[in-house]
Amino acid sequence: MNLALQGNPAQVDWQEDVYRVLKNHDVKHIAYVPDAGHSTAIRRAEADNEMTSIVLTTEEEGIGYLAGAWLGGQRGALLLQSSGVGNCINTLALQQMARFPLLMVITMRGDWAEFNGWQNPMGQATEATLRAMGVLTWRADTPEEVEPLLHGAATMAYNGDSATALLLGQRLIGEKKWVK
Amino acid sequence: MGEVKAGGHLDRRAVVNKLLEGRDDLLVVTGLGSASYDVMAAGDHDHNYYLWAAMGSAAMVGLGIAETQPEKHVLVITGDGEQLMGFGALATIALRAPNNMTIAVLDNGHFGETGMQESHAGRGIELSKVAGACGFAHASKITELDGVEALREAIYRRDGLTLATIKIKAENLPRVLPPRDGVHIKNRFRMAMGHQPI
Repeated sequence: MNLALQGNPAQVDWQEDVYRVLKNHDVKHIAYVPDAGHSTAIRRAEADNEMTSIVLTTEEEGIGYLAGAWLGGQRGALLLQSSGVGNCINTLALQQMARFPLLMVITMRGDWAEFNGWQNPMGQATEATLRAMGVLTWRADTPEEVEPLLHGAATMAYNGDSATALLLGQRLIGEKKWVK
Repeated sequence: MGEVKAGGHLDRRAVVNKLLEGRDDLLVVTGLGSASYDVMAAGDHDHNYYLWAAMGSAAMVGLGIAETQPEKHVLVITGDGEQLMGFGALATIALRAPNNMTIAVLDNGHFGETGMQESHAGRGIELSKVAGACGFAHASKITELDGVEALREAIYRRDGLTLATIKIKAENLPRVLPPRDGVHIKNRFRMAMGHQPI
């Protein structure tokens, strides 16, 4: 069984924008659990000698890691899929109590035209659970929105010692279909 | 796993006192619960970062510090239960393999904070073997105090990522509470690293 991404042809390379905004905000650490929607940022970060890339076994590891990186004086960001937000909930207490900057970039599943219904419960609960844990959220559904919204989320994370998240909607990422 | 291999005979406070002796430029992260109390009992310090929640995160916080303060030595002191909740973190840390990082697991084989229920470590899961399988340069089990002294000396040698399980008595000692203001502990630590609050 093969899965193929049917991306919408876009004038704006929003995946490249994600990496560029992070770079412009002096992000030195990318902690991630992979997703196709993050592949450009991950590839670029892995190739960037000024960035440390950390592949995680589960998303909440990234919260501890980025807390430590901030204690040591450097900025980072967490790249994850919406399903991984569920794994982070209890660990977000660390951010709330210590108030270190936490920027999360989240690719959505169970959000729009989802072929796998098992993604829907966490996808539908992603933004509400983040907000319940004190994370400021925005969502991008078109390529043009990604850069300004991520810039805004990064600004408010690093200047406000806040937890912020940009949700990248499935309409932006493109429909994933079963292919025989 | 029927065989019970719970903990050991070492006194946890004596172990932590020994580990922190002459601590020089050592940066210390503590897992929530008794490990935090043990480190506080040995003396509060600007270079201590105490966790009060986010169980399983201590070693990852240590990794973040080790990566950003490569000239300093990082020691994570945590319990077997706390590290078990961060089981996967051992794989993540092994891939980075910072040579300035040591994880000391105070292993009493029990969940001490919640009524001394036997933990996975107490039922036969040896975390040092897990770390060894993940590729830690040094992974050992320590049962005597001279082994703790050897570990203390190894922290400053920086010759590879290290995890040691230290077999301690399963007992709840009087609590010595570290500061609970997370923002205060964060800023205190960062200022000791030369960084100002935002």
